[in-house]
Amino acid sequence: MRLRTRTAYAFLTPYLLVFLAFWIWPIVNSFWLSFLNTRTANWTFNPQVTWGRLLVDPAFANALKNTLLILVIQVPIMIALATVLAVLLNSPALKARGPFRFAFFAPVVVGEVAYAAVFRLMFNEFGIINKLGMTAGLPAVAWLSEPTAAMAVIIIALTWRWAGYNAIIILAGLQSIPDDVYEAATIDGVSKFRQFLFITLPLLRPVIILCVVLSVIGTMQLFSEPFLITNRGGPGQATETLGLFLYRMGFNTFNFGYASAIAYTIAALAVAISLLNLWIGREREQ
Amino acid sequence: MRKSVSERRRSIALHAAMLPLALIWLFPLWVMFVYSTMDDNGIFSQGVVLAPSDQFAANFAALERDVGFIRATVISVIVAFVYTLLSVALTSMAGWALASYRFVGKGAVLATILGTLTLPYFVVVIPQYVMVARDFGLHNTWFALIVPPLFNSLGVLFTRQTFRMMPQELFDAARVEGVSEWRIFLFVALPLARPTLAALSIILFLHSWNNYLWPLLINSDPSMMTAPVELGSLIGLTKVSWGGIMTGAVILTAPMLVLFVALQRHFIAGISAGAVK
Repeated sequence: MRLRTRTAYAFLTPYLLVFLAFWIWPIVNSFWLSFLNTRTANWTFNPQVTWGRLLVDPAFANALKNTLLILVIQVPIMIALATVLAVLLNSPALKARGPFRFAFFAPVVVGEVAYAAVFRLMFNEFGIINKLGMTAGLPAVAWLSEPTAAMAVIIIALTWRWAGYNAIIILAGLQSIPDDVYEAATIDGVSKFRQFLFITLPLLRPVIILCVVLSVIGTMQLFSEPFLITNRGGPGQATETLGLFLYRMGFNTFNFGYASAIAYTIAALAVAISLLNLWIGREREQ
Repeated sequence: MRKSVSERRRSIALHAAMLPLALIWLFPLWVMFVYSTMDDNGIFSQGVVLAPSDQFAANFAALERDVGFIRATVISVIVAFVYTLLSVALTSMAGWALASYRFVGKGAVLATILGTLTLPYFVVVIPQYVMVARDFGLHNTWFALIVPPLFNSLGVLFTRQTFRMMPQELFDAARVEGVSEWRIFLFVALPLARPTLAALSIILFLHSWNNYLWPLLINSDPSMMTAPVELGSLIGLTKVSWGGIMTGAVILTAPMLVLFVALQRHFIAGISAGAVK
């Protein structure tokens, strides 16, 4: 192929301009900002008030703790559920596949604000969840004003919203496994459950790791759910996540330098946890 | 053909597990719909009522009184259409260049796109805001709503993959005939890429329609707020019509659900591509 630099850039330039202006430049700029004291008239180099503060700020430690807690509890539950859902939805014995797929995939198209509003209303002290619970003889729970319960609501909401999304990705992985693998196992008398454990799961490992990595990146910047469902990370700061903390520092107190340091911490953690996942996945393959 | 007993038993177990789970998953959507038809006395009444009522129009009137929801929805529709159109145009051109030509800097461009792919969006949100609102003074504008989110590289990678899979002889034959590169792109390559463009458009439209954080930050003037931002501003207020909020949620959600049912194949292709992008 001959070199066609001019033709190529004629096609490429419009996108590249936007990409450089609103993605690459902000990435670089954010790093620089994270060393500046932006609370003075002239922004001056002073990492002590950004990175230095990060190390000793109890509000940051709280947001980090909450984020990691959600990560450790919610992501495994959701990925396990998504894997089971994908396998069941893929089963040839399943009737009414269309309605079932709709039930689990529909949340994927529901916007953050719409679903946050519904969950906030459902888990209201006088909401439908408590009404149903009391009908079944359970005590009413102050879902949104009790720290542990509020965290549970966030985890339930996230799982509802994203399990189907991950099931779609895992389903695509399942459908790329050739049928003859299972046919051979069935002829050899291997039970369906053992086929799932020893054929399906190992072959799905790369897809599942992809789902975990995407979920980690998503969780690290969790914002709308604690912002809207638990009323800005409430009760108190019990559900404040890193994403919400960044929002509060950046856009309530307009401390852009500090918020940029938080942003880079989120990015570093997301990259580190993703690499860890990839490494664990690779390790087991041998 | 008759099924064996164990096969039938397994089928019953499968449906017994799936049906309750599916109903639980549909429950929030049903609640959203039912509550959009009830007044607040109904929503917060003592008993469990899950049958639709007839207050949808009254709720909509309350919503329109609380925030200008019609205007906000019109803004959301315009933004989503223009954004989708521009993003598909820009990224398919870039995807075509990266798929079809050998050129100086190609490796660097690809490495930059792929290398920054998994960086969280939160890394750029502060400088984007500083640049657009502070430096350019362009907050509360159409530009601010539409242009910055165009950085999304999903379309570049998705269309590049599609163009690369096409038989290159087709394009070479046109080149021998003396057809220009732009005409090959527009009249040969793009029509062949229709399924990809459809899936891409749907996902981009959905992204834009549901986008919350950026429009929340950049447009603080009610006359330029999108529908999710207006709806979000009501959540958490003490004197507010929850029936109205549910009505707004239904108006935002129902069109996407209809689209999803009608174009499920494209949605799923787009989501899978978005994950692997």
